[in-house]
Amino acid sequence: MATVTAPLELNKDEILRYSRHLILPEVGMEGQKKLKNAKVLMVGAGGLGAPLGLYLAASGIGRIGIVDFDVVDFTNLQRQVIHGTKDVGKKKLQSAAESMLDINPYMQVDQFDTAITSENAFEIISDYDMVIDGTDNFPTRYLINDACVLLKKPNVYGSIFRFEGQSTIFAYPGGPCYRCLYPEPPPPGLVPSCAEGGVLGILPGIIGLVQATEAVKLILGAGEPLVGRLMLYDALAMRFRELKLRRNPECPVCGDNPTIHELIDYHQFCGVPNPKDVQPVTEPISGYMSDTEIDAVALKQRLDRGDKFQFIDVREPHEYQIASIPGAKLIPLGEVPKRVGELDPNTEVVVHCKMGGRSAKAAEFLRQSGFKSVKNMIGGILAWSDKVDPSVPKY
Amino acid sequence: MAKVLIPTPLRQFTEKNDSVELAGATVAEVMAALTQKFPDLRKQLFNDEGKMRSFVNVYLNDEDIRYLQKDATAVAAGDTLSIVPSIAGGAAVREVERTLPVRPAGGV
Repeated sequence: MATVTAPLELNKDEILRYSRHLILPEVGMEGQKKLKNAKVLMVGAGGLGAPLGLYLAASGIGRIGIVDFDVVDFTNLQRQVIHGTKDVGKKKLQSAAESMLDINPYMQVDQFDTAITSENAFEIISDYDMVIDGTDNFPTRYLINDACVLLKKPNVYGSIFRFEGQSTIFAYPGGPCYRCLYPEPPPPGLVPSCAEGGVLGILPGIIGLVQATEAVKLILGAGEPLVGRLMLYDALAMRFRELKLRRNPECPVCGDNPTIHELIDYHQFCGVPNPKDVQPVTEPISGYMSDTEIDAVALKQRLDRGDKFQFIDVREPHEYQIASIPGAKLIPLGEVPKRVGELDPNTEVVVHCKMGGRSAKAAEFLRQSGFKSVKNMIGGILAWSDKVDPSVPKY
Repeated sequence: MAKVLIPTPLRQFTEKNDSVELAGATVAEVMAALTQKFPDLRKQLFNDEGKMRSFVNVYLNDEDIRYLQKDATAVAAGDTLSIVPSIAGGAAVREVERTLPVRPAGGV
């Protein structure tokens, strides 16, 4: 895909470094120079970006841009192999660039310390030959898709969930785009969120390297690109499957009569608040309690006093095994409707989960089911660990 | 009987089954049999008007039913139906609980 003008030459050290490529007839000197002249943009230096960034750097791609504004934390290290323990607290951008340049100093890493937005997407993407989407949310995925279609840049897509992954190339000339596959995003809250969250650490390695493989093939013009095919991977079954993908002639962005000619508000499109507009949560005063909410400190005081209420943990059993608050009875959110009979609607209920989101749903459900007094514990067990009992592990 | 493959995010509604064998002459009939067997799956796959949700794709073998006869696509014995929902994970797989709007009982 790279438009090779005035190709950069390989020096003696690079020829040695890329020896195993150079003796492959399908790559050779010509292919290696194409790689050196290629410009690839990675959006996200997380689960998918980590493995693909390492391999793309090693493969000899001359210029890689990374867009990321996140900071490395301990929970990333289970899968984001481009970052190490020493990098915790550092910008992912910096940590990723250091790892890549350590592997291959004969390349350039461009760092974009920002979220990709409708305002900056064209400017950032237009300089590159293709985009590799390693993001984690629907608004950004639709944004990258539309920007790539409008700029005519291939979008090497990958996504993961628990033990499953998907990959394909969108916005390839004549091929389908993300909107052809999924015209609309799921409404927020309907797709299993944290209750079903988590990801096998190795999974993004597999999917990220499928993306890296496709990027390298596009640059070399080798083989059959993953266009018009959605590759599905199931780690538990250890099975790869392939489904046909078609360009939808009625697609609003890549169809025959497109109606979208510029980038839109993707948070609005996906029905989620723009992180920019979300006010930082103001820390309530310790010991806070209202008719509908209670914080960790107030809860502790009431438990110590021996107040009479039903204390319910709506997390999943495997989360309960990691950490729990003494006295809480486990009824996973999904089981609340059918186990509601185990609770007395006339006695006060306090519900908690990991961070307060699932328990808010449970509280709402109980109220609508006729429970007289239901309080949601603010901040869940993480707040309990922060404010009441630091020996409770966070996860 | 056709085999319906259930993706990970929906297995919580199918008693953890990753595939189910069901009878039905068309896609609509097989999907009806599926949601009859697992009623909790219904609101995941269909909207209030009973239409398939647009972020859930159904494939007959490797073909998208939108490019066949949609719901009316004939299903033969031994065919495989795949449900392929959109997933977005890739980077941080962050906890998003706090930003999710509280949904009424139907959303539980």
